[in-house]
Amino acid sequence: MYSEKVMDHFSNPRNVGEIEDASGVGEVGNAKCGDIMKIYLKIEDNIIKDVKFKTFGCGAAIATSSIATEMIKGRTVEEALELTNKAVVEALDGLPPAKIHCSVLAEEAVKAAIEDYMKKQGKEVESSVSAGIEPDEEACCSKCERKCH
Amino acid sequence: MDGIRGIYMDHAATTYTKREVLEEMLPFFTEYFGNPSSIHKFGRDVRKHVDTARERVAKALGADPSEIYFTAGGSEADNWAVKGTAYANKSKGNHIITTNIEHHALLHTCEYLEKEGFEVTYLPVDEYGLVSVEDVKNAITDKTILISIMYANNEIGTIQPIEEIGKLAREKGIYFHTDAVQAVGSVKIDVKEQNIDMLSLSAHKFYGPKGIGVLYVRKGVKLINFVHGGGQERGRRAGTENVPGIIGLGKAIELANENLEESSKRIMGLRDKLIKGLMDKIPYTRLNGHPVKRLPGNANFSFQYIEGESLLLNLDMKGIAGSSGSACTSGSLDPSHVLLAIGLSHEIAHGSLRLSLGAVNTEEDIDYVLEVLPEIVERLRQMSPLYEKVKGGNTNV
Repeated sequence: MYSEKVMDHFSNPRNVGEIEDASGVGEVGNAKCGDIMKIYLKIEDNIIKDVKFKTFGCGAAIATSSIATEMIKGRTVEEALELTNKAVVEALDGLPPAKIHCSVLAEEAVKAAIEDYMKKQGKEVESSVSAGIEPDEEACCSKCERKCH
Repeated sequence: MDGIRGIYMDHAATTYTKREVLEEMLPFFTEYFGNPSSIHKFGRDVRKHVDTARERVAKALGADPSEIYFTAGGSEADNWAVKGTAYANKSKGNHIITTNIEHHALLHTCEYLEKEGFEVTYLPVDEYGLVSVEDVKNAITDKTILISIMYANNEIGTIQPIEEIGKLAREKGIYFHTDAVQAVGSVKIDVKEQNIDMLSLSAHKFYGPKGIGVLYVRKGVKLINFVHGGGQERGRRAGTENVPGIIGLGKAIELANENLEESSKRIMGLRDKLIKGLMDKIPYTRLNGHPVKRLPGNANFSFQYIEGESLLLNLDMKGIAGSSGSACTSGSLDPSHVLLAIGLSHEIAHGSLRLSLGAVNTEEDIDYVLEVLPEIVERLRQMSPLYEKVKGGNTNV
C-alpha cells in the first residue's frame, strides 16, 4: 500500500524532535481526526538552519512530515513557502488516494511555522495552501474545520 | 505450525485452514467431483458427505440437520436472516431491534431495510460493550418482528447475554437472530437451550476454509428464500453446493467443538498474560471490552497519544500481525463505530490495537510481544506532539 520511500521515512523518520528556542512553530490538524503535525524552525539570515517535527498520526502522516522537513532544510524562507503538497507526494513516490490529505497537512504545517516566524519578526505573510493535488473529498474527515479535513 | 511465519495475532480477521480440514476437502475437487443433486453414483457419493457435514454442524450447535443451511459466509447469512425475516413477516410488523456495535453485514442490511420502510432500533451498549436486556425489553413494540444481537463482538470481544435475550424474545414471540461468527469454535453454543431462532457462522474463523458459512434456521421460522433457482438447501438457497467448502466447514466445526474447552482455556491463559503484561508495562493504556465476558482470544487496547496505523506498521516490521480500529486502517472517515459506542473519544479510538489470539500462538509469542510492543509505543509517543503535553504529569486516560 505504501511506496518504499514512504516506508523508509516512516521507519527512519528524519529530524524528529523539538527546537527549544525555535524561530517559528506551526501546529496543524487535530487529534479527533487522527493526525497532528508540529514543525519547529530555526531560521538565521532568512535561511532555515534547522527543522524538527513531532507528529501524531498514521504512517503517511509521519512520512510526509519527515520528508517535508528534509525538503526545506537549508532553504530560504521564500523557497520553503513554495513547498507544495504535490512536491511532497512526488518526493515520496506517491501516496494512496486516502492519504493525500497528509501531504496537505505537511505543507500547511511548514507554512504555519513560517507564519509564526514572520509574525515574531513583525512581518505580514500572505499564506495560501497550494493544494497542488486536491485531497480526495471522500477520504478526508468531515469533522475537521481545516480545508483538507 | 502449518507453515505460519511471523507472529499472527489476527485470528478474529481470519484463521488458516487446518491440515486435517484441508485433507478432508481435497478429494472433493478431484475424485469426488460429482454434483450432489445428480442421481448417479458420482452425485450420490458426494451427497452422503454433504449430509455428514450438515450433521456435524447440527451436532455442534444442538440443532437438527434440517435446520442447517449452507451459505457463502457470515455476511450472506446475516443478510439472509435479517432481510429474509423482515420481508416474510412484514404483515405482522416492520420493527427490528439490534445494537450499534453489530458487524457492518448487519448494520448495513438494517440501513437498507430502513430505506425500504422498516424501522430499526439500534440499542446502545455500556462502557464494556454490553447490551442491557432491560433495554431490549423496553424497545419491543407490537410491531417488532426481529431481534438481532451479535453473540460476541469482533473488535472488543464482549460476549452478550444471549440466553437471556433469547428467553425474552421467545416469551414475546419475536424471532431472535444472532451473528455468532466470532463465537462459534470459541464458546459453547446450544441453540435450543439458548432459544436462538437463527444463527450465522463462518468457517474461516475456526480453521475452516473461506467462502463458506451457515445460517441456522429453527424449524417453523418464517423466512423468504434467499437465492431462487434449483432445489439446493431445500430450495431456500439455490445454486450448486460449494462441496469442498461444506466438507471443510463440517470437519472444522467438529474439530473446534471437540477441543473447545481445552483450547479456550489455553488461549485464555495467553490472553490474560498479554493483557496483564501490557497494562503493567505501558502507561496511559486502556483495555477495551469486558474484563471477563470476552472471547478467549480477544485483547483490545487503546494506547493514548499514538495512532493505530503507525502502530500496526511498526508491529508488522517486527513480524507481529494485529489490527486497529483507527480511521486510517478502516478506510472510512471515522474510527471504529464499536469503540465510539463504548464511549471512547475519537482521539483514543485512533490509538486502538486488537490482538486476537488463536491456535498458532504460544507463550513465547506473548513474551515477544511484551518485549517489543512497549518499545514501539514509547517510540511513537516520543514522536507525538500530544505526549509532550502530558509528560508533565497528567495521567488521566
